Amino acid sequence: MSEPNRLSRDQIAARVALELQDGWLVNLGIGMPTLTVNYIPEGRDILFHSENGIIGMGPRPARDEDIDPDLMSAGKGPVTLIPGGAFIHHADSFAVARGGRLDAAVLGAFQVAVNGDLANWRLPNAISGSVGGAMDIAAGAKRVFAMMTHTAKGGEPKIVEALTYPLTAKTCVSKIFTDMAVVAVTPDGYVLEEVAPGVTVDEVVAATGAALTIPDTVGTIAA
Amino acid sequence: MKNKKADTLEDAIARLNDGATMLIGGFGIAGVPEILIEGVCDRGLRDLTIVANNSGTHKTGIARLLAEGCVGKIICSFPWAVESFVFKELYEDGKVDLEVVPQGTLAERMRAAGAGLGGFLTPTAVGTDLGAGKAVHEIDGKEYILEMPLKGDFALIKAREVDARGNLTFRMAARNFNPVMATAADYTIVEATTEVPVGDLDPECIITPGVFVDCYYIAGPYVPGKEEGPRS
Repeated sequence: MSEPNRLSRDQIAARVALELQDGWLVNLGIGMPTLTVNYIPEGRDILFHSENGIIGMGPRPARDEDIDPDLMSAGKGPVTLIPGGAFIHHADSFAVARGGRLDAAVLGAFQVAVNGDLANWRLPNAISGSVGGAMDIAAGAKRVFAMMTHTAKGGEPKIVEALTYPLTAKTCVSKIFTDMAVVAVTPDGYVLEEVAPGVTVDEVVAATGAALTIPDTVGTIAA
Repeated sequence: MKNKKADTLEDAIARLNDGATMLIGGFGIAGVPEILIEGVCDRGLRDLTIVANNSGTHKTGIARLLAEGCVGKIICSFPWAVESFVFKELYEDGKVDLEVVPQGTLAERMRAAGAGLGGFLTPTAVGTDLGAGKAVHEIDGKEYILEMPLKGDFALIKAREVDARGNLTFRMAARNFNPVMATAADYTIVEATTEVPVGDLDPECIITPGVFVDCYYIAGPYVPGKEEGPRS
């Protein structure tokens, strides 16, 4: 079902990883964002925060026998602790998130609106949702990067003028990373920054549900 | 010194009563007081309100409490995990109520209760379904909603080490909600892996001081699959 020129989940993760700067504290949402940890450029010191109380979360243990049931990510996957990492309790963990200590949060998304509103916690027709830490983290992080497919199954745009899905947090998203493009959310609206190799600007425009400013030069995602 | 040690599981949970609000520690499989929960199941209590991060997974722990009809309401952040099938079925049959609370707000509501605060203002959930109906305050140009303290009649806590004063350490990410829940209940019951003599714990490394602990039970390490069926 996927189009030939779309980036894989890992390729999107590799592009998001380039965006994370040396010295940042970063929270990765459950699902696709967790792949980002595998693509951090050599030499960049990035601390990962996991809302269940880990600062300095490292990758999955290399050997299965080193998996520890007391050392799991918020997505319940086995992880490690880097040297100098720390454990904190839940109230402190969300003091980190709400208190503005997260330089960035990489979160999955159902929809992003042109003002940066994020929808990612509940489907419109569902009776309820599993919010987890999404609302706290989206409201508190200095930057929220939305990481998602450009369109929903069936081709419906997920980058829209205004949300039709339930809000997670207002005006929080600053950049969107998809399988087709990198789109900045600016006070002047969406700006197309990069396209995936083999994807045309016209294809991105057609798959986007709001006006897109096209600069004179649009980069190509390194993939 | 006040004796906080319960020699049997039955003694540890003897005070629990029907209709109680119970804070239960844990996140995923880490830091869940599995043995205490089994004791609660065996007592056959009814109409409990359970406060936890999840709505129970697979068939043990909170899921078993639900399956055995002990629970009237769950307050949690993540009710719809695939593994929470016991909860899903009961909810769809109208047999259990649900309040979804953002995870940081859940922790902070208990922190507020434990700290004697009447509530707090948070930017979390402003303008969302979960903030609907809550008072909005603007401070320095930013919107916040008013959230209320969440207090337990009881807290069930999982710790690594305990001494006779009830001082606690935790292990890795099994700490999670346990320390904040310990502060937020009228009566806090601890399931600890090991007991150490008073004075052995480094005072700099005690995470929860015994003033927040009313009772502890030494359960030893939890061994998955020890008693019945597959657990996770």
